[in-house]
Amino acid sequence: MNAPGSGRSNLGSRRLMQRIAFSLVWAAGSLSVLILLIVVGYIVAKGLSSITWQFITTPPRGGISGEGGISTTIVATLYLVVLTVGIATPLGVGAGIYLVEYAEAMARKSRIIRAVVSTARFGVETLAGVPSIIFGLFGYALFVSSMHLGFSLLAAGLAGACLILPVVIRTTEEALKAVPVSYRNGSLALGATRWQTTQKVVLPAAIPGIMTGIVLSVGRIVSETAIFYVTLGGSYRMPTSLLSGGRTMALHVYYLAMETRAFDKAMGTAAILVISIIIINAVINLFSRKLSARIGA
Amino acid sequence: MEETTGACRLRTIGYKLWYGDFCALHETTLDIPSNRITAIIGPSGCGKSTFIRTFNRMNELIPGVRVAGEVLLDGQDIFRLDVVELRRLVGMVFQKPNPFPKTIFDNVAYGPRAHGLRDRNRLAEIVEKSLRSAALWDEVKDDLSKSGLALSGGQQQRLCIARTLAVEPEVILMDEPASALDPIATLKIEELLQTLKKDYTIVIVTHNMQQAARVSDFTAFFMTDENRSGHLIEYGPTSRVFTNPREKTTEDYISGRFS
Amino acid sequence: MRTRFIVDKSVGYFLMLMALTSILAVFLIGFFTLREGLPAISEIGLGRLLTGSVWRPGLEEFGLVPMIAGSVLVTIGAAILGVPLAIGCAVFLAEIAPRWMSNIVRPAVELLAGIPSVVYGLFGMVVLVPLARKVPVAGNSGFGLLAASAVLAVMILPTITNISEYAIRLVPREYREGSLALGTTRWQTITRVILPSARSGIVAAIILGIGRALGETIAMIMVIGNSVIIPRPLNANPLTIFLSQARTLTGNIAVEINYATGIHESALFATGVILFVLIMLINSSARAIMRERTR
Repeated sequence: MNAPGSGRSNLGSRRLMQRIAFSLVWAAGSLSVLILLIVVGYIVAKGLSSITWQFITTPPRGGISGEGGISTTIVATLYLVVLTVGIATPLGVGAGIYLVEYAEAMARKSRIIRAVVSTARFGVETLAGVPSIIFGLFGYALFVSSMHLGFSLLAAGLAGACLILPVVIRTTEEALKAVPVSYRNGSLALGATRWQTTQKVVLPAAIPGIMTGIVLSVGRIVSETAIFYVTLGGSYRMPTSLLSGGRTMALHVYYLAMETRAFDKAMGTAAILVISIIIINAVINLFSRKLSARIGA
Repeated sequence: MEETTGACRLRTIGYKLWYGDFCALHETTLDIPSNRITAIIGPSGCGKSTFIRTFNRMNELIPGVRVAGEVLLDGQDIFRLDVVELRRLVGMVFQKPNPFPKTIFDNVAYGPRAHGLRDRNRLAEIVEKSLRSAALWDEVKDDLSKSGLALSGGQQQRLCIARTLAVEPEVILMDEPASALDPIATLKIEELLQTLKKDYTIVIVTHNMQQAARVSDFTAFFMTDENRSGHLIEYGPTSRVFTNPREKTTEDYISGRFS
Repeated sequence: MRTRFIVDKSVGYFLMLMALTSILAVFLIGFFTLREGLPAISEIGLGRLLTGSVWRPGLEEFGLVPMIAGSVLVTIGAAILGVPLAIGCAVFLAEIAPRWMSNIVRPAVELLAGIPSVVYGLFGMVVLVPLARKVPVAGNSGFGLLAASAVLAVMILPTITNISEYAIRLVPREYREGSLALGTTRWQTITRVILPSARSGIVAAIILGIGRALGETIAMIMVIGNSVIIPRPLNANPLTIFLSQARTLTGNIAVEINYATGIHESALFATGVILFVLIMLINSSARAIMRERTR
């Protein structure tokens, strides 16, 4: 029953084709790992030699050879993390709760609210796609210039909060959606209001997911350079108030690489950045594993 | 199995299957004759789908599946055959019609093309022949460039049959091919089976006993109980199994005492 | 009893206001960038901004063509290098990789997405630029489109891989089974049924990757050389265009904003507006394509 053009004749070449193609696809998968190993390996290996306790605890002293350590840049980074997360978390979590728990029920009743909800969704989607230099420009125009905050932690923090707001909202939404409907129905059936249900039943179950979003945001702020390049001023002095300018670690890497010859110090700082990002990713994975374990149970 | 007549096309000898540690199918030994329709019946969870997915080794797509025993196609061990070649020889029609999101023509030509046929005229011939054999040609001949997904459920299923015929298999496996269809479409498929069996060996899983009685020449009854998951209870000519079952369980099942 | 419901209702409206902060942010971003950019747009004119080929702020020449060319070329370069790799990764993760391997590749791709762009820039400066400099062509400084494209290719890989993998996983299992049951190889099933069915999602992934590429700033400044020139091949071989230096739209803003004043500053904001609109268009078209798919 072997008709012309059927199986047996070209099976060998099809098998060969598959073998070649699969090798290429394996190569693509392996290459992504290899690239990561090369980038991270190179930065960490080159940077590790300049990382000492002194490097971490002394302030930069400037100059063409980039003398000094990075203590003030660590402090500025931490300030900005606290500031941006402090601004974006309540707003983002609130928005996420609204979009998952309230929007549908409220939108059913009124056409205006339905429009409001879809506008809010559009806002989140758009904000998530805005490139960071635009946040920088905006922060520069509104906070630095118009509001006369100058190049400052506050101005940079407000602009940075816009960057992470969609991250917090989206992860909150996902975390809330992962909470089984039966939890809510159980509580609502007992006569609890939606807010009581959200507060007492839904939010506690969603905490690990929301934490993931916050940790993710920390990573974004630690990594961010463009926004702060335009809004933070770049001073390497120790920030003393919200209105002080400053320089984050990422920004310090940029200045060292572009304006000095101190590639070793740039590498050292970059290595610390990369290690922090690896730790942050590990924490996120831990949270999401916890989350999936909880949902599985 | 003394009652099977004619050449035997498929044979399982002491065939077993596990999902991980769970034995889903206990030792099964039976012969499936060529150019006949063999029906596999039994309650849900009795392993009948798992059983026919053995013949084109579709179970291998599920991680953690292990098998033991022998399965022969025309005397050859199917586990030694190249799986791609095996699946060309043993076609399959699925429970839910699954035409590709392509035109009707491209759906039917899919197999031959994948097997290296490029000649347009020859492809057109195969498409027409297959659609005719699947009793779909008259309904679709004027719009072969329409999407296969635009057809009705029954037409989609016949398209899938045509797609299977186009690669000229020796055996066609059908996994509850009419369960998602309305009665008229079901009837069409059943009529089609009778004409197809002249050229093909057909194994059909069905949960519908009337269907098994109407269309099949042989019937294998699978069962599951608290002691053993899927296992074969009885196998023989359909007329005998339905009128004069040897096993009490078969009689109970056929007379609807449990389902 | 009543207060509970009043509380519930007011909380609902309060949360609604919070949900609106994101659209407020979008609005404010659009408003302030536009407000600052408007003087340049009205004085210079959008047409001259977009078609002028000379950017010399000191002489009040504000033509964006060099930067547009730089952004477009570096994005094309990144797409050439990155798209096949990213889609290969997606196919690998969705269809081929054994579990132990995807447990390595997936976190690796995630981490690639998390590495700060300044670190990519630094890596580009100290590793890729010296490598690119080795190409023996007169006028090749190493800084330029080639090194920048390579860096950018890695930066857009996670976006394209993640979304493509998702799209591939959405393809119904029935198609895969139907194809395999006809005696096709797994690779034939991938190329003939799975990828065509996931096409719109993959296209959306590529578009989103391009959006990311156009928005990238810091890493680009660090490796592309930042010369305000329209990139040209360095010799008779047209491919040497990728050895040319360039400047991206984003880089132009970042490099000059801190000292620009007056109409120059406004022109940079106008560049920001153009970029903002462009990227919004790109992202919403990608979303539209994806929605089409799920319908």
